[in-house]
Amino acid sequence: MPPARPRTSEEGGRNRNPLTRPGGSPVNDGDRVVRVIVVGAGQVGSSIAGSLAEEHEVVVIDIDEERVEALTYDLDVLAIQGDGASLSTLREAGIGEADMVIASTDADETNIVTCGTAKTVGDPFTIARVKRTNYLETWEQAEGALGVDFMVGTNLLTAKAATQVIGLPAARDVDTFAGGRVQMAEFEVPEGSPICGQTVQEADRFDSLTFAAVIRPCEGEDDREEPKDDVIIPTGATVIEAGDEVVVIGSNGSVQAMAAEIAPHAGGASDVLVVGGSDIGYQVARLLERRELHPRLIERDAERARELAEQLPDTTVLESDATDREFLEREHISEVDAVVAALDSDEKNLLASLLAKRLGADRAVAIVDDGAYVRLFEEVGVDVGINPREVTAEEITRFTRERYAENVALIESDRAEVIEFTVDEESVLAGRTIAESAADLPDGVVIGAIVRDDDFVIPRGGTTVEVGDSIVVFVDANVLEEATAAL
Amino acid sequence: MVSVRVDWRASLSLVGSVLKYLSLPLLFPLGVAVYFGEDVLTFAAVAALTLTVGFGLERLDPDPDIGAREGFLMVAATWLAVALVGTLPYVLAGMGTASTLADPVNALFESMSGFTTTGATVMGSIGLEQHSHALLLWRQLTQWLGGMGIVVLAVAILPELSVGGAQLMDAEAPGPGIEKLTPRIAKTARVLWLVYLGFTVVEFLLLYGAHLAGLAPNMGLYNAVLHPLTTLPTGGFSPEARSIEAFSATVQWIIIPFMVVAGTNFALFWGALTDGPSRLLEDAEFRYYAGLLGVGTALAAGLLYGGVGVGLAELPVEVAPIPGELENSLRHGAFQAVSIITTTGYASMDFNTWSGASQSVLLVALFLGGSAGSTGGAIKMVRTLVILKAVKRELFTTVHPEAVSPVRLGGRALDETAVRGIFSFTLLYLVIFFVGVAVLAVDAFRAAETIPLLDIVSATAATLGNVGPGFGVVGPMNNYLPFTDLSKLVMVFLMWVGRLEILPVFVLLTRAYWRS
Repeated sequence: MPPARPRTSEEGGRNRNPLTRPGGSPVNDGDRVVRVIVVGAGQVGSSIAGSLAEEHEVVVIDIDEERVEALTYDLDVLAIQGDGASLSTLREAGIGEADMVIASTDADETNIVTCGTAKTVGDPFTIARVKRTNYLETWEQAEGALGVDFMVGTNLLTAKAATQVIGLPAARDVDTFAGGRVQMAEFEVPEGSPICGQTVQEADRFDSLTFAAVIRPCEGEDDREEPKDDVIIPTGATVIEAGDEVVVIGSNGSVQAMAAEIAPHAGGASDVLVVGGSDIGYQVARLLERRELHPRLIERDAERARELAEQLPDTTVLESDATDREFLEREHISEVDAVVAALDSDEKNLLASLLAKRLGADRAVAIVDDGAYVRLFEEVGVDVGINPREVTAEEITRFTRERYAENVALIESDRAEVIEFTVDEESVLAGRTIAESAADLPDGVVIGAIVRDDDFVIPRGGTTVEVGDSIVVFVDANVLEEATAAL
Repeated sequence: MVSVRVDWRASLSLVGSVLKYLSLPLLFPLGVAVYFGEDVLTFAAVAALTLTVGFGLERLDPDPDIGAREGFLMVAATWLAVALVGTLPYVLAGMGTASTLADPVNALFESMSGFTTTGATVMGSIGLEQHSHALLLWRQLTQWLGGMGIVVLAVAILPELSVGGAQLMDAEAPGPGIEKLTPRIAKTARVLWLVYLGFTVVEFLLLYGAHLAGLAPNMGLYNAVLHPLTTLPTGGFSPEARSIEAFSATVQWIIIPFMVVAGTNFALFWGALTDGPSRLLEDAEFRYYAGLLGVGTALAAGLLYGGVGVGLAELPVEVAPIPGELENSLRHGAFQAVSIITTTGYASMDFNTWSGASQSVLLVALFLGGSAGSTGGAIKMVRTLVILKAVKRELFTTVHPEAVSPVRLGGRALDETAVRGIFSFTLLYLVIFFVGVAVLAVDAFRAAETIPLLDIVSATAATLGNVGPGFGVVGPMNNYLPFTDLSKLVMVFLMWVGRLEILPVFVLLTRAYWRS
């Protein structure tokens, strides 16, 4: 999940996010019910609809009759069968009263046309999901172009997720806050890591770093469809076990240092091999190039390989089959720090990443198109599986949730959130030390970092929070409502 | 009889249009001739004849329609035709005098050398004592007309060439492919000529200004007009027998940057005018060109300064001592290196007096040539640059056989066909060079002329590359008279194919061109 903070949400006026109150100040819910139309009820659409339905009135439009029927029973939403890009269907869904339209079908053009159509009859806030990055680039040139108020580029998001993960060894998820001065990272503690068996107090050797949470997988329940992990808010005495995931918030340097502490032998990946020249693979290579790395990219198709080589001046494009063992050995894959598998099918990605791991690559990140397989991939040896739809749904949900916060990151698909906000006078934190305000905050809230006048301030019990400070907070999803009201 | 698939009438009709307009620049030497009262009849007759032939050829096809094939024929024929017209004033003016140009072969050589901006001469003795002001002006003017390209000029002024024009300019322009600066090709052609004219005028103002300031005693009005006419087209003709040695150090320093300009892609100047001067430095070819000029200058100047570059031959008394003299070595090193690399062919001193060490720098420089889209000749910067990059790529793919790595020029990936074209051109260029050396050597031996092989090698490279002077008998202060008539005709051919970059001429020699 990239920090791509939408400009639109801050500027108010015509393009303001209707789910966000101007100025970020808390306003009582229930002033008015917000009506959201979601077009396209695939994995992304239904996931968004599900998370919005708790608070808002949601209408879902899909062209597939069976899906519409299933949705009517699964979620508390109004499901309509029809073409979301047609005016009559949108009218049927009540476009006139809609505050927001989220177009999330699998077709980019349909989504853009849907947003444009919606704008002709009403003035809803429009969100379009697009795969192709060039649409996103066009949209970024002119805010609100194509009738889209917020555009989510799935391929670019996925690529960003992949590159952020390989930027920090052992990291599963990385997010930046406060204009890049604060980093949040979710690390997996591998077997044999020096911090295994240590208490949090022992492991936390860095001043400007806060252990926000430890996520411990529940054992023995692997058959269940969605195994629940425990979110533990650590005290100094909490012992870290292998297989735990730790969420840390701190300055960039301390997060990097922590990464080295957790997996001492893996430096930040510098030698990266991208397998597959899909748009996602291309974006991964492009983002790595921007980090001044020289990745290698394997693409089987000669024409596509040539095209990629022309567009990626700092990438070595190799025209070959990623499952050709001899070729991989010749290219010294054993010395590769990270492999990103972005081929066009999940099976190929699994094979390519497992083969790469077998031949000695340090880490393997695979793009997993079918969200149900992510856990399976990670169980058989792929280090991180990234599902583009999940990333997209999270991004859109994150955006629609930005009620009080300036920036939100979701942990473990909704188990917790890391949010950034500016302290105002009504906040319980204002003018008090953290120890003082702790009593007024529910359990499950951890203040991870404070940024005051562009400087990083270490949050400790005695630190006084001032009005105007930017705060990065970890919040357990269970206490989200309570916490956001107090902050 | 097999039907010819080329509409040669259309091509020749357009050649006629060009000739018709060629009578206009002939009016300048005519005016000078009238002013000085010399050779008036010569130029009046040539102008009238050119006009007549032009109108005659135009009547072959009143509505010429140019395709790709007709374009090649038109370009090749135009250059041959203007060279033939250029021959006439030399022959007519030379008749009954001691001028070596009275001989038609010599006159053709001089004319082709002029229009192709080579600068190789067969004038036995250069100077106003022997020749009229008008004739020497005409000699300079041929180079100025040939510099930016006669066909480019035709495209700029002839409305009927608006459609096929891009094709024609492509066939004529130095370097692989042309760059359309504006949507209309005629406007592009006009822009190029305007930039070219602008620099010519600026050089004139500087040279004449230096004269008026007393810094250039020899650079009177006549010389100040005539030299810019052969600097900007990288020509190299000078009305002075001792070339630029006849002028002060100030003049030599003024001319160096203008030779550099002449060897630069003129489209870049247009870009610099519209988008700011950074365009120049962003261009990969220009940086490479500037780098090579720097290396050439450093090598030549360093060798001269150290004394290694100065040979055994006695320097004429007019040339100040060089070894150990920083300004002198730098000026002569830079002047010669820039002059030869850009294929201008001026000389600030007789480099026949240099040693083999410093001459070898110039020998390599004979092949380099200016940038694509400049007025320079030879192989051109962009080609050697692309070849170097392609070779580097070859070495890389030896280690990584699966790597797909396009050759990049200034961030843009080059098409593989373009890379292949550059390789074949360069190879063909070298083949023609070696065959040329062999033919000239055999012919010289047959005629019992004792010309050293190095001189023949340099003469071939200097004519094919449109440079001008070579070493030894064809040195900068000497001439091409020692060669036989046959050898001179071979060199006329070399200059012709060298200027048009081989393919537009060679394609006419293939059977497929004339048939289906």
